[in-house]
Amino acid sequence: MAAYPRKTEATGLLGWVDERFPVVQTWKDHMSEYYAPKNFNVWYYFGVLAMLVLVIQIVSGIFLTMHYKPDTGMAFASVEYIMRDVPGGWFIRYMHSTGASAFFIVVYFHMFRGIMYGSYKGKRELVWLIGMVIYLALMAEAFMGYLLPWGQMSFWGAQVIINLFNTIPFIGEGLSLFIRGDFVISDPTLNRLFAFHVAAVPMILVALVFVHIVALHTVGSNNPDGVEIKALKNEKGIPLDGIPFHPYYTVHDIPAIVVFLMAFFAVIFFAPEMGGYFLEFANFEPANPLKTPVHIAPVWYFTPFYTVLRAVTLSPFMGTLAMFGAIIMLFLLPWLDRNPVKSWRYRNTAHMLNLAIFAAVFIILGYLGVKAVTPEYKEMGVRMTEIYFLFFAVILAHSSTNRGRYLVWFVVLAGSLIAIDFWRYNPDDLVSAAQIKWQWVWPIGYLAVTLLLPFFVKGCNAEKAVPERVTS
Amino acid sequence: MSDSDSNTVDVKRRRLLIAGTSVVGAAGTAAFAAPLLISWMPSARAKAAGAPVEVNISKIEPGQLVRVIWRGKPIWLINRSDQMVKDLPSNDSRLTDPASGVETQQPAYAKNPTRSRKPEMSVLIGICTHLGCSPTYRPEIAPADLGADWKGGFYCPCHGSRFDLAGRVFKNVPAPTNLVVPPHFYKSDDLILIGEDGGAA
Amino acid sequence: MSNSIRKWIFVLLVPIAVIGVIGSVGSGGHGVALQSANVNLSDKDSLQRGAKYYANYCMGCHSLKFSRYNRMAEDIGLNADNGFTDDQVTAFLKENLIFTRDEDGKQVKTGSLMTNAYSPKAAAEAFGTSVPDLSLVGRSRGADWIYSYLKGFYLDDSRPMGVNNTVFKDVGMPHVLADLQGYQTLAHQEGDDHGAAKLVLSKPGKLSAGEYDRVVRDLTGFLAYVSEPAQLSRKMYGILTLLFLMVLFGFAYALSKEYWKDIH
Repeated sequence: MAAYPRKTEATGLLGWVDERFPVVQTWKDHMSEYYAPKNFNVWYYFGVLAMLVLVIQIVSGIFLTMHYKPDTGMAFASVEYIMRDVPGGWFIRYMHSTGASAFFIVVYFHMFRGIMYGSYKGKRELVWLIGMVIYLALMAEAFMGYLLPWGQMSFWGAQVIINLFNTIPFIGEGLSLFIRGDFVISDPTLNRLFAFHVAAVPMILVALVFVHIVALHTVGSNNPDGVEIKALKNEKGIPLDGIPFHPYYTVHDIPAIVVFLMAFFAVIFFAPEMGGYFLEFANFEPANPLKTPVHIAPVWYFTPFYTVLRAVTLSPFMGTLAMFGAIIMLFLLPWLDRNPVKSWRYRNTAHMLNLAIFAAVFIILGYLGVKAVTPEYKEMGVRMTEIYFLFFAVILAHSSTNRGRYLVWFVVLAGSLIAIDFWRYNPDDLVSAAQIKWQWVWPIGYLAVTLLLPFFVKGCNAEKAVPERVTS
Repeated sequence: MSDSDSNTVDVKRRRLLIAGTSVVGAAGTAAFAAPLLISWMPSARAKAAGAPVEVNISKIEPGQLVRVIWRGKPIWLINRSDQMVKDLPSNDSRLTDPASGVETQQPAYAKNPTRSRKPEMSVLIGICTHLGCSPTYRPEIAPADLGADWKGGFYCPCHGSRFDLAGRVFKNVPAPTNLVVPPHFYKSDDLILIGEDGGAA
Repeated sequence: MSNSIRKWIFVLLVPIAVIGVIGSVGSGGHGVALQSANVNLSDKDSLQRGAKYYANYCMGCHSLKFSRYNRMAEDIGLNADNGFTDDQVTAFLKENLIFTRDEDGKQVKTGSLMTNAYSPKAAAEAFGTSVPDLSLVGRSRGADWIYSYLKGFYLDDSRPMGVNNTVFKDVGMPHVLADLQGYQTLAHQEGDDHGAAKLVLSKPGKLSAGEYDRVVRDLTGFLAYVSEPAQLSRKMYGILTLLFLMVLFGFAYALSKEYWKDIH
């Protein structure tokens, strides 16, 4: 570390600063001499895109705050004031609403990259954990932001979610009262969520992103082959498969950012509502505590967890626990997936199918969350929730390629499912009984594909040798 | 290999591409910043609140002052009597800027001895040019507190500044300049529109 | 199996699974069938007629409290580009569209918001419910809904106003445009084997069906415009932005390719 006085090779203004603040060393450590694997692919753009969207949200958010009024009597009108009377106001508003959805699209792809390439393994568990905390903070930020326009969906969506706290035994009602600051969602609620959304959580997010990147740079980036590039270095100590982040990845990221901006601005200028998914139609009506909308759904990026909530009908509290449990399970991935091979490229086919089905199930859960509940969709929601949670058990089962264990896992998991089905089955409720009787194919089929298939078909259980050097 | 072979690096092309990308990128950033910056300009609501004010002057009696508000400021319309207009030049030697030489204080059409479009009707912004108080209207001749020379005008109670009936500031008072004449024009003999010049000077 | 083949299986499996699972069950119930409004916002004449009809038939009860007269006039074609001077526009607005007065009894200025004098209390007494402002109905319900709604009134003795509506069941609003359209009766409900609800004209109004349809289209187009004035200009900005980004992409891509010549 620095001894006093600090020696620097830089001259001029840079030298003056560098004697007092380690700019040059920081630049080297994180940019010009941070060696990243040379085989990054498309999936590796989503990190920098997430940072870009964070900046877009902060800048557009600040400018919105210049005109928005956090008062239940003025909030809705102030948003229309921005849309109509403020020069350029509509553009700023659409940037922020589109940015919110873009953030989640980018973050979901970013997270899935981590799952595909095992980026949470080795010494990178902390990077993953911090990322999961960022995800939670992001969901909180989006939820609070959605209340601010004070439309029908703002109000009733918040009503549903804050009522979840009611379900907690003993402290539930007091907690809800404490959060709301009133007996119903009203002005105090709006004002405090405004303070959080505009000041507190953005600062937390920025701090978390900083820590996320420091943790990443401490261990070094993973890559699509899951090869540790630091294992093979040249005589200068530089990884053979590593390239300096600057200029190679700075220059490589710019076209990707431009492509993202094309999609982003195309939405803003041609379809800002995105069919009611980015700006929900019901939110163009002012909040009316006396009139519940026909169909309350959270914004699309929450809907997978909303389906989980609705699927667990044991008790409202259990539903709430299940919803948060679904998110908590993701935290545990580094300790559930103990297979030493990182990237799906070298794992067996059963693992690949497991990931693909997980992605499909997540999307289906989301779809079910926006649709109105029918008996078929209700049962499907339960079945998809079962598969969602089974995913974590299966990934634990895949930690070794011992085929015998697959059979044991299958029997245990399928048995539990069937037991739950018997317990759920109510012969008096003909409609739901009919659904239970055939939709078992989904989770049982899933277990068959991910556990029985590699048991019976050796080819589907074979892992490949992880190369020493990265491939493309 | 992670290091470039310096023999074959086309430095010129790289510099050119960096410059090109930077210039186009800077243009994009400016275009992006534009709506953010113009959002600071007066909104439609501010413009509506600041819209010109129409005043019917047909009922204002000679010597009477009528006050309206434009853009949050008090606007005085004074129907000066013939005597008041005649007395204006007699103040000239005691005024700081009798000929309205300071351009910022009135539009071109008010740069004349009566500081108005028509001699009898004075339109002034009723804000003292010292520190912003609103002076009182003192049309009476030679009151005890203002002295024998007083031919009518405005007296600011905050720090004692004085102005004549054309809004011109007297010497040796805190205020440095004449009262401001706002843009205005006659839509008809009876109607003045305050807030616009109306095209013709 | 090579990784490139596995990659494609992986990529295709996800959408196939999603569509397969969801498609295995029927979709949920539909809302009411709506007719297509086919709004054309570049037809300024239509927007002007729509504004006129709105002011004459709707504004008395339904305010447009987020819209301003002068901005609306500019957007529907009453502007310098079409040969109107500011004074002509102001005069037109004051004669035809501005019906509210301020506290001094003077007609409100053209920069004002398009509110009306109908008090919520009076509305509650007359209709049992509040009368909504319609500035955003084009976005909350959509053009097709408005179009179908205005064409969907029919006689119904069981209702206090004597009419019901196929799109908005048990609506509290009277058939304000009845003198134009006339009155319809319900031949059969939606879903009675014949598909959409069928209405027949039992008492004709001043206009033919085609003429009334045009009135409704004009009104719908006007309300669609009012719900988002910015939509008139944002598409042009979009095209310019995308063209610009394509140029920027060209430079950025060339720059990236140039540097990556170093990497093997």
